[in-house]
Amino acid sequence: MIGLTHYLTVAAILFTIGVFGIFVNRKNVIVILMSIELILLAVNINLVAFSAFLHDVVGQIFAMFVLTVAAAEAAVGLAILVTFFRNRGDIAVDDASVMKG
Amino acid sequence: MALQAIAFYLMATVTILAGLAVVFARNPVHSVLFLITAFFSAAGLFVLMGAEFIAMLLIVVYVGAVAVLFLFVVMMLDVDFSQLREGFARYLPIGLLVAGVLTIEMVIIAINVALHGAASKNATPQASLPDVSNAETIGRVLYTDYVYIFQAAGLVLLVAMIGAIVLTLRHKAGIKRQSIPAQNARTPKTGMTIVDIKPGEGISE
Repeated sequence: MIGLTHYLTVAAILFTIGVFGIFVNRKNVIVILMSIELILLAVNINLVAFSAFLHDVVGQIFAMFVLTVAAAEAAVGLAILVTFFRNRGDIAVDDASVMKG
Repeated sequence: MALQAIAFYLMATVTILAGLAVVFARNPVHSVLFLITAFFSAAGLFVLMGAEFIAMLLIVVYVGAVAVLFLFVVMMLDVDFSQLREGFARYLPIGLLVAGVLTIEMVIIAINVALHGAASKNATPQASLPDVSNAETIGRVLYTDYVYIFQAAGLVLLVAMIGAIVLTLRHKAGIKRQSIPAQNARTPKTGMTIVDIKPGEGISE
């Protein structure tokens, strides 16, 4: 019998993979953005699982808003990335210290 | 019930393996493709819970828009990705440590919440009202109680769209563009000159 525990465990593991991806790929900003998407997907699984098992639809509404914000964040993040690449010629975020006072 | 369990374990395994592949893939294009796989199987998990509308939204928004955007950017930028991977082995031990601690903590909390929390009273998932579809259930709440937040979400998307356009817009110097006012202001007087050429001579401007 598949219960709430199973879904929450999947979401927890996916969230951890996202955090781990940010840790190990510190230079590659594209993989960092994809890890953030994985984290938001884990959050969405949590919201929908609680919504389904509490018999309350509001969790799914919140999942939709998380989806909206994730899409906006990806668009703006990639736009910043393209501008950064145009100005510097690479995307190593270790060197992104040009704004240091 | 057994079929549902098989479907769940299949989707969950594929989601987690694809997530790991996103992080570990050497080629970022492969990372994006594994990200698409993860979203697809996560949408399958949503369908298993009965939330079909969110599942289809996930496929349309993530696979159709966000992942394709990632794919465009990865293929457009000419970057040496191998040198971006240096430091991977250096951060691997601490990353594994943090990830292990985080997983154990979150799984313990998840088990406790699922067994003793408010959701423990319901054994079966039910994502929609008994007599209507999932999309109608969402619509009934979204367009009444959450209508202002819905509008605000639209505003967020508008701001993100304008921001992305402004960030990537550039005016290159030296490109010839059409100027309608300058064209309309032209008269025969300014547009042409009458040159008196003597026989046997050329004309040079």
